[in-house]
Amino acid sequence: MTPDNQVPALRVVGLSKTFGTKTVLRDVDLEVRKGETVVVIGASGSGKTTLLRCVSHLEIPDTGLVDVDGRSVGRVAIPGGWKDASERQLAIQRRGIGFVFQRFNLFPHLTALDNVAIGLRRVRGIAKKAARERAAEHLRKVFLTDHLDKRPAELSGGQQQRVAIARAIAMEPTIILFDEPTSALDPELVREVLDAIRVLAAGGMTSVIVTHEMSFARQVANRVIYMDEGAIVEQGTPVDLFGSPREPRTRRFLEHFTTPDAKAAP
Amino acid sequence: MSIDWTIIETAIPLLARGTVVTLQISVVAGILACMIGFTLGLAALSNIAALRWIVAAYVDFVRGTPLLIQVFLVFFALPVIGIRFDEIWAGIIALAFNTSAYIAETVRGGVGSVERGQTEAAKSIGMFRWQILTYILLPQALRPMVPPLTNELISMTKNTSLLSVISVYELTRAGQAIISVHFVPFEIYLLLALYYYALIKALSYLSRFIESRMPAL
Ligand SMILES: Nc1ncnc2c1ncn2[C@@H]1O[C@H](COP(=O)(O)OP(=O)(O)OP(=O)(O)O)[C@@H](O)[C@H]1O
Ligand SMILES: [Mg+2]
Repeated sequence: MTPDNQVPALRVVGLSKTFGTKTVLRDVDLEVRKGETVVVIGASGSGKTTLLRCVSHLEIPDTGLVDVDGRSVGRVAIPGGWKDASERQLAIQRRGIGFVFQRFNLFPHLTALDNVAIGLRRVRGIAKKAARERAAEHLRKVFLTDHLDKRPAELSGGQQQRVAIARAIAMEPTIILFDEPTSALDPELVREVLDAIRVLAAGGMTSVIVTHEMSFARQVANRVIYMDEGAIVEQGTPVDLFGSPREPRTRRFLEHFTTPDAKAAP
Repeated sequence: MSIDWTIIETAIPLLARGTVVTLQISVVAGILACMIGFTLGLAALSNIAALRWIVAAYVDFVRGTPLLIQVFLVFFALPVIGIRFDEIWAGIIALAFNTSAYIAETVRGGVGSVERGQTEAAKSIGMFRWQILTYILLPQALRPMVPPLTNELISMTKNTSLLSVISVYELTRAGQAIISVHFVPFEIYLLLALYYYALIKALSYLSRFIESRMPAL
C-alpha cells in the first residue's frame, strides 16, 4: 500500500446537526476508504440528506469534524488551534467533494457541455477549448455523446442526471456524494443513471450514495450503512446487512423492500 | 377655445431640440444607473456584511427622499463642499444615482429569486461567491429582470422633466420657454405630453424587443 492509500478519502467524527429543536444528526462517525462505494439507506427523515449536506458543508454542522483526503473541511488551522473556515476557504475545501443532487440542479442557461466545462474553466482555470474537450470526455463516461449542445430543458431526466454526474467527476474530487440520484426520475430512466454510476464505481470512483434502490445497493456497494433518527444503526457488507441484519430496526426497515428477487437471495 | 396651429408649427422644431437633450440625458443617466445599479445589486448579495449594509443604507436613503431634493443636493449643496457640476451633469448624476437604487433592488430581487439549488450546485463545484453571482445567477435572472428594469428606466425618463427646475434645457424647459413668450399653455403642454408619450412608447417597445431576443431558459 502506498502511504496515500492509508489516508481515508473521508473521515467524519462526531457530526451533529439540529434544526431548531429537532436533532437530525446525532454524533455520526464515518470513514470511507479510497475507491470504496458506501451506500446509505434509511427511512424518510432519518437524516441521510443532512449527513451528505453537512459533509460538503452546504449545511454547516453544529459539531463534528470532516476531513477529506486528510484535509479539514469547514475549519482552518491558526496558530494554537482552529477557526471556522470563511465562505472563500470553504469554496476551496469543497473542491475535494463532488455532489450529485436529487433534482440534478443543472445550470439551465448552459448547454450540457458547458455545464461540465464551466467548473473546469472558472474553478480550475483551464482554457475554454481544453475545458470543453475534457468536458466532452467526461460526458462520454456517462454515455452522453450526442447531446452536448443541448440545454438541460431539452434533455430527459436521466440524461440531465448523467450530465450532473459528469459535472461532478470532471472536477476530479476525492469523493462524490450522491443524494438519491434516481428518485426524481421516471422508472424507465432509473437504469441508465444507475448503470453510469456502476461503471464509475468499478472504475475506482470513491462515493457515498444515498438510495432506495436496494438491488443496486447490493451490486455496487462495498459497504451498506443503515441510518435511523440521525444515527448510524448498523453497517456491513451488502451480503451481511441485507442477508442477516443484526438490529431489529434494520430488519424492520428492510422488510419494506422485500421483493421476490430479495427473497430468493441467500 | 380653438387651437393655435401656427404656434404649434413654431413649437415643433423648438421642442425637437429639447427632445434631443431629454434623450441624451436619459441615455447617459440610464447607462450610468444600470452600471451603478448592477454593481450595488450584486454587492447587496455578497457575503461581506459591511458591503450589504452600505447598499441597504444607500437604497433606503434614495427611496426615502424626494428626487427633487436629490437634484438640489447635487446642484446646490455639493458646490458648497467644492464639488461642482454644470446643470446638465448635475441632473444626470442625480437621476443616475436615484435610479441606480431602484435598479439595485431589482437586481438583488431578481438574482435572489433564482432557485437555491443553483447556488448549491455551483458551490459543489467549488465556485467562489462572486463567480456564482456572475456566471450562474445573474445570467439566469437577466431576462425576467427586463420588464422591471424597463419600468425603472421609464420612470427615470419621465423624471428628466424635473430637471427643468435647475434650468436644464430639456423638453419641459423648452416648452416652458415657449409658453413664457407666447402664453399658449394649452397647446404646448398637450404637445409635451404627446412627446413624452411617444418617447416612453418607444422605450417600452425597445424593451419588449430586447426581451424577445434574449434566450428563454
Ligand atoms: N433546513 C432544514 N430546516 C429544518 N428542518 C430540516 C431541514 N433539513 C432537514 N430537516 C429535517 O431533518 C430531518 C431529516 O431530513 P433529511 O432530509 O436529512 O432526511 P432524509 O433521510 O434525507 O429523508 P428522505 O429519504 O425523505 O430524503 C427531517 O425531519 C427534515 O424535516
Ligand atoms: Mg433525503
